[in-house]
Amino acid sequence: MEIPHTVTARPDTGLYSSKLGIWLFLASEVMLFGGLFSAYIFLRLGSEPGYWPHGLLNVPVGTMNTAVLIASSVTVVFAWAALKMRKFTQYKVYMAITILCGILFLVVKLSYEWPDKFDHFGVFVKKSVAEKYDFLLGNSHLKEKGLEPRWEVAGHLLHAPEASPYRHLAEHGLHHEESHLDAEAKAKVEEAKSKDSYAILLDAVNADPKSPENERPHFIPRKRSTKVAVVDKADVDHASNFTPRHSTYFATYFLITGLHGLHVLGGILVFIYFWLPIPGGTLLYRKNPEHLANRVEVAGLFWHFVDLVWIFVFPIFYLL
Amino acid sequence: MAVSHAHSPATDHGHGDDHHHGLSFLQKYVFSTDHKVIGIQYGVTGLAFLFLGFMLMLVMRWQLAHPGEAVPFVGNLLHNIFGDTVFDGAKRAAGIAGVLTPDGYNTFGAMHGTIMVFFGVVPVAFAAFGNYVVPLQIGAPDMCFPKLNMASFWCFFVSCVIMVGSFFVGTGAAKSGWTAYPPLAGIADMPEGGSLWWNGQTLWLLGMVFNITGSLLGSVNFIATIIQLRAPGMTWMRLPFFVWAQFVTAFLLLLAFPPLEAAGLMQFTDRVFGTSFFMPTGLAVAKAVGQTWAGGGSPVLWQHLFWFLAHPEVYVLILPAIGMVAEIVANNTRKPIYGYKSMVYAVFALGFLSFIVWAHHMYMTGMGAKVASFFQATTIMISVPSVILLTSLILSLWGGSIRFNNAMLFAAAFLPMFGIGGLTGIPLAFNAVDLFLHDTYYVIGHFHYVVAPGTIFAIFAGVYHWYPKATGRHLNVFLGRVHFWGSLVAINGLFFPMFLQGMAGVHRRWYDGGATYEGIIAPVLKWNNFMTVSAILLALFQLPFIYNFFSSIFLGQKANDNPWEATTLEWETPTPPPHGNFVKEINVVRGPYEYSVPGESKDFLTQNA
Repeated sequence: MEIPHTVTARPDTGLYSSKLGIWLFLASEVMLFGGLFSAYIFLRLGSEPGYWPHGLLNVPVGTMNTAVLIASSVTVVFAWAALKMRKFTQYKVYMAITILCGILFLVVKLSYEWPDKFDHFGVFVKKSVAEKYDFLLGNSHLKEKGLEPRWEVAGHLLHAPEASPYRHLAEHGLHHEESHLDAEAKAKVEEAKSKDSYAILLDAVNADPKSPENERPHFIPRKRSTKVAVVDKADVDHASNFTPRHSTYFATYFLITGLHGLHVLGGILVFIYFWLPIPGGTLLYRKNPEHLANRVEVAGLFWHFVDLVWIFVFPIFYLL
Repeated sequence: MAVSHAHSPATDHGHGDDHHHGLSFLQKYVFSTDHKVIGIQYGVTGLAFLFLGFMLMLVMRWQLAHPGEAVPFVGNLLHNIFGDTVFDGAKRAAGIAGVLTPDGYNTFGAMHGTIMVFFGVVPVAFAAFGNYVVPLQIGAPDMCFPKLNMASFWCFFVSCVIMVGSFFVGTGAAKSGWTAYPPLAGIADMPEGGSLWWNGQTLWLLGMVFNITGSLLGSVNFIATIIQLRAPGMTWMRLPFFVWAQFVTAFLLLLAFPPLEAAGLMQFTDRVFGTSFFMPTGLAVAKAVGQTWAGGGSPVLWQHLFWFLAHPEVYVLILPAIGMVAEIVANNTRKPIYGYKSMVYAVFALGFLSFIVWAHHMYMTGMGAKVASFFQATTIMISVPSVILLTSLILSLWGGSIRFNNAMLFAAAFLPMFGIGGLTGIPLAFNAVDLFLHDTYYVIGHFHYVVAPGTIFAIFAGVYHWYPKATGRHLNVFLGRVHFWGSLVAINGLFFPMFLQGMAGVHRRWYDGGATYEGIIAPVLKWNNFMTVSAILLALFQLPFIYNFFSSIFLGQKANDNPWEATTLEWETPTPPPHGNFVKEINVVRGPYEYSVPGESKDFLTQNA
């Protein structure tokens, strides 16, 4: 018993079945990512002033990743075309490039972009003590200029209170930075130890909050300062490193890029499957090359969708 | 099971499953890619869950009529099964086992809703009947993607295991409503020191993610199959209406479910990873929970994402039922259904409109007059195609030569029952009226009328109608009559008083049936006992059906290939249909309801040449 129209198209629809199937699946994926992006819009529009950060993502790296994905979308089409033209070696080459581009995208994300966030720490001060920390937040200045207030002191965590779940992160940070700290900075760290509070090696924004440079987000993240600040435990509303729990901004960032990354991984695995000398992969070329071409086309369509989602992710998260 | 297999038309093929000769038992009956086996798997699993959901409701109804009293006869057994979160441990220690706690009532309520909708009705009405009947009705050898079909079922099965398993974890199963509204659902089942994973609400979310994934894969299959695998001559307007209904239902599932999957993931990360998608700033919780949140989230966001699915979901619940009733009415009136073309357009209009009415479930969230007006308008508009569908079916009876077999009894009863359900929905469409009726028993009466004497009666009708084709035996007629009349009376006794209680102000989630508020609702309190008795009777009248369903496989009167003298293609196969379905060439030459054609010798003409 054979299912018709698995390889050659049905005349009235002009489609072979898996092509229709993948388009339908992509429709549901549009709704999935649409739901997530709608949540992003809803949460961003509803966020309290000062709680939605900007300029925390590395735009050049993101741009490079975008280029990598777009290139891989092009090479997968070349791979498909090679199959249709029955040029097997060419297919293998282009498919390999596609797979490598996909892997590169994930490597950049998982070895640089995400870990960089986990190393970054932010302390949200209680609104009642904002004046005390004006030297770090600069709200008096921002208010004059009609800009959104700041509530977070961010940077590299060097010391955390005894009861904080971030002790290890602080120890790691201190160990990493110790040799670069000047005397003043070291004194601050000691102060934090004695007060059982937070010591933070400040981001540029908090080191000089009134500077005009810090009034706008920057595409290339600014270099961290060499100043350390102490934030008293009692003045802290909540604190965490830049993980999903930090804020709705990072929650949406990690969820959307994470889900997108899983889709990239899925695509890579499928491409590898079609590249290997197994019955479902290149061995199929001997028996039914058109069938393999269709499989690559369908996977390529999925890959283009994954790329399209990234085309939305990049401007929305990195640029806006 | 027949061992012959069908010839497929000489078309292209990929590497299909040619080798079904040497299949093991596991490959033929457990991990089968045959749509009929998968349909039966969905059907039996779904019916089992309908039964479980019913049992949960019975315990709830006992509590409503006799608050604080132990469940009779089976109280101790239930207490042993469900444990001390659901039943009062202190009372058991004092010698009274089986007293439902407030948390237990909420657990049963949340799980009753979840199970009935996602694990009972949709798997049976859409997946089971759809999988079994649709490929047959379009003249196809199987679904478009048989392996994907099997994967969908097993994905669904995993979700079933998770949901049932959730009853047995320390905190008990989810108790935050089938709607799982945060912030309650964000903090529920999370005592300090407890597990963030092994608790009722988290497992509910995981179970839903698997259920939704299975559903999505299934709906891709349905749509592709109906588009690509129609037999030669089976044009769109020759499709049986059941196929149109399943087609639109599949689109609703495909496009409406993903936002809920996204929301489910978000609530999951809220609970397990401390994100604040739905957790607002400044939330105060009475007792310590095992998670902390930064805040900044929006509970209303969950409601939007949830109801964006859950509204189309209710049309998923009703459309397959309307489809089945259409088939059965045409067949048992010996005439075409009235207004086939209008029904097709109406079902598409219904599908489209169903995506833009969702906030009528959210009138009480403070949305403002403009937005409320929009949703009121679309909600009233959607009643038009709904009425077109029901009216066409009712008009189809006119002038018919009606044969009241058991399938037709249930299908005929569906019509006024769905009518009551639908008409009682009209007042709920209005923001102003909803102020009064929101979260009352009126709402519960409304939606139960559409689903219980509505869809579930249609499911029964479908079982009586297609059982002979699937098994080669008829269900016992007398037992079917008992099942029908008893169910019809009891189900109305159970649900009608809900409108009275709702209009008097009885809240839908009071765990004691309103005893605390007796001062306000005294006149309608007496209905609790009446409804509980009706529920118990309804349960008893299902017993003949359950017995009938299983015993007729062996003892039922043997059926020929087309016992109902029907026109559609599923009756053109051997009984039961073999792998590959058709042994003769299928060439469709006429519409699906060529009954009583003037001048013909028989009162029906099959679609096949």
